[in-house]
Amino acid sequence: MGQQTPLHDEHLRQGAKMVDFAGWDMPIHYGSQVEEHHAVRRDAGMFDVSHMTVVDLEGARCRDFLRLLVANNVDKLRDAGKALYSCMLNERGGVIDDLIVYFLQDDSFRLVVNSATRDKDLAWIGRQAQPFAVRVTERPELAMVAVQGPQARERVLGLLDPDDRERAALLPPFFAAALDDWFIARTGYTGEDGFEIMLPGDAAVTLWRGLEAAGVAPCGLGARDTLRLEAGMALYGADMDEDVTPLEAGLDWTVGWEPQDRDFIGRAALERQRAEGVPRKLVGLVLEDRGVLRNHQKVVVEGVGEGEITSGSFSPTLGRSIALARVPAATGERCQVEIRGRLLEARVVKPPFVRRGEALVDV
Amino acid sequence: MSDAPSDLRYTKSHEWLRTDEDGTVTVGITDHAQEQLGDMVYVEVPEVDQEFEAGDACAVVESVKAASDVYAPVACTVVEVNEELADAPELVNQDPFGAGWIMRIRPASAADVEALMDADAYLAYVESEQH
Repeated sequence: MGQQTPLHDEHLRQGAKMVDFAGWDMPIHYGSQVEEHHAVRRDAGMFDVSHMTVVDLEGARCRDFLRLLVANNVDKLRDAGKALYSCMLNERGGVIDDLIVYFLQDDSFRLVVNSATRDKDLAWIGRQAQPFAVRVTERPELAMVAVQGPQARERVLGLLDPDDRERAALLPPFFAAALDDWFIARTGYTGEDGFEIMLPGDAAVTLWRGLEAAGVAPCGLGARDTLRLEAGMALYGADMDEDVTPLEAGLDWTVGWEPQDRDFIGRAALERQRAEGVPRKLVGLVLEDRGVLRNHQKVVVEGVGEGEITSGSFSPTLGRSIALARVPAATGERCQVEIRGRLLEARVVKPPFVRRGEALVDV
Repeated sequence: MSDAPSDLRYTKSHEWLRTDEDGTVTVGITDHAQEQLGDMVYVEVPEVDQEFEAGDACAVVESVKAASDVYAPVACTVVEVNEELADAPELVNQDPFGAGWIMRIRPASAADVEALMDADAYLAYVESEQH
């Protein structure tokens, strides 16, 4: 048996099929992954993401430390509560993890990193923090609930007391606010509007039941994966890892090249790769034939070379199979994917496939 | 507990077989199998007149989660496939023992079909698999 979140019994009560995820017992779905997916695109769904790792950083030199630690530039964070998505790189420019940095105050930042990479992340962050005298504190006592969908914010706001409601309602996208011992962020991993709420574990069941009573559908990790894939969001361990740079993972936009004298870990390797030419790129694929694209299927680009699907599934919103694939940089608009010995036709597109309920690619 | 009609035969790989009056046999996957696989999004059926040995992979059911082979339960020739699954793979979830059938076969030997598990044996097998 794996680790359990504070919502474990709620999942069982709601009929979840539980699976192991990075050592945690987590709900994969509560009956129908596709219905849960649609609930998020059309209304509101909630995800228990308490397995994710919350890390608080404190110290006068927090910002200097983060300038070194992450590839995106934390100097973009000027307003309290602002969030920034970034990769944390090794010296080779490979991705140790992707994360969100929240700026709280000049001596206080919060990171949310993946649970599957928790141990190595904490070791790396702790080691890099030492010269800066930054205190690194994991917050395992916090639960985390993501509420996502066009109606998600309304449903959450309805559960807050008036003062908190007003502050949460005013949060712009990619901003967060501390409301007593809750931390509410207008972020997510679905391509829909919504909140991610970090709160004491013993308050999680009350929130979950309140959302349930407000008509928010419980959604498992299965729907979370198809939603993020449609939204073109990379998944650590599938779309990138320590042997892949952000430039090869469609994450160029998260690299803070300016100012040039900010020497973040991995910068030299990225500069070198950029100068030499990035050999591979991450693209979106829409399967034109019938079938389902899956991770690790071979991509064949005629006259160019071969690549591989890094995340493939069926898109419930598009009614087609879609994927993210790493292919040679010279890949054009078409390719083929080998599925059970046959080459099927696929179109190369620029992700996202779906955002805010709208299809962004032709099918 | 999943359903398993008493007039069918079953395999350990979770196919069901119904012998029709003309001696052909309809094949699908069980309620238990569809429940394990989750929402179906694609079914690849074999071609009519294709011949299989018992245990050959002959069709593929793909859910959002994963692709899974369907095996020929006995040596057989395919006589008909469920064309409706091309546009409505969810029939396998909604009605696994009915509209969600996958193929109709002519078994090499009717005795091969009779030798497979009955419903009680299948349910006991599913139970044992879960422990």
